[in-house]
Amino acid sequence: MALSIVHRATGIALYFGTLLLAWWLIAVASGPGAYANVQAFTGSIIGKLIVFGYTWALMHHLLSGLRHLVWDLGYGFKASEREALTWAALIGGISLTVLVWIVYAFGAGK
Amino acid sequence: MSVNESHGSAKPPSMRTPLGRVRSLGSSHSGTRDFWRQRITAVAMTLLIVPVIVVVMMLLSSNQAGAAQILGSPPIAIILLLFIVASAWHMKIGMQVVIEDYIHNEKLKLASVMANNFFSVAVALASIYAILKLSSGV
Repeated sequence: MALSIVHRATGIALYFGTLLLAWWLIAVASGPGAYANVQAFTGSIIGKLIVFGYTWALMHHLLSGLRHLVWDLGYGFKASEREALTWAALIGGISLTVLVWIVYAFGAGK
Repeated sequence: MSVNESHGSAKPPSMRTPLGRVRSLGSSHSGTRDFWRQRITAVAMTLLIVPVIVVVMMLLSSNQAGAAQILGSPPIAIILLLFIVASAWHMKIGMQVVIEDYIHNEKLKLASVMANNFFSVAVALASIYAILKLSSGV
């Protein structure tokens, strides 16, 4: 499986996504008007897709990165282990993303 | 001198031994420092990810006044500041690796690496400024 390119692609997406996070924090510090602008964006269809996609990119990059840390420590190099780690990162990333949004929808969300 | 000649290099003779040239710096010109820091910041963010997600969820379900109050709380501000520093550092190193892998024109590469530094520092400082402003209640 050639999933290292996905690790890199999600990393690049997260890199530029920090602009949204910085905008959001600055808006909170600026006041209700600026915050309303951010909410208007994150509440739009495109905004929701970006935030959801950002969650997935973060979760996938996290698990895929842990996979790299396992390899850095010298474990998991057998073909079967490599496959298992890669699938775990792929499925785990999607599962964690869904889990985060379920928790948000039913827990912290309004 | 004989070392250089034996490797067929056109460079002027150097007193440095091959080991001396490779030690701590090597072909990346920055040694393994970035490799190590990328892993330190990765582990730091792994430890911080659960509290950070909880804080973000709390913020997302608040209005501006509520979000400002949450971000003004010292433990929450510190957790976010740690995450911001770790992530900015991590993404600066990661993007530099990508740049060095794909951009082979030396001048374009230097400009890209510089822009990457500017972007990472600017995003980090803007975020840190916002949190400190809320923490100080100004």
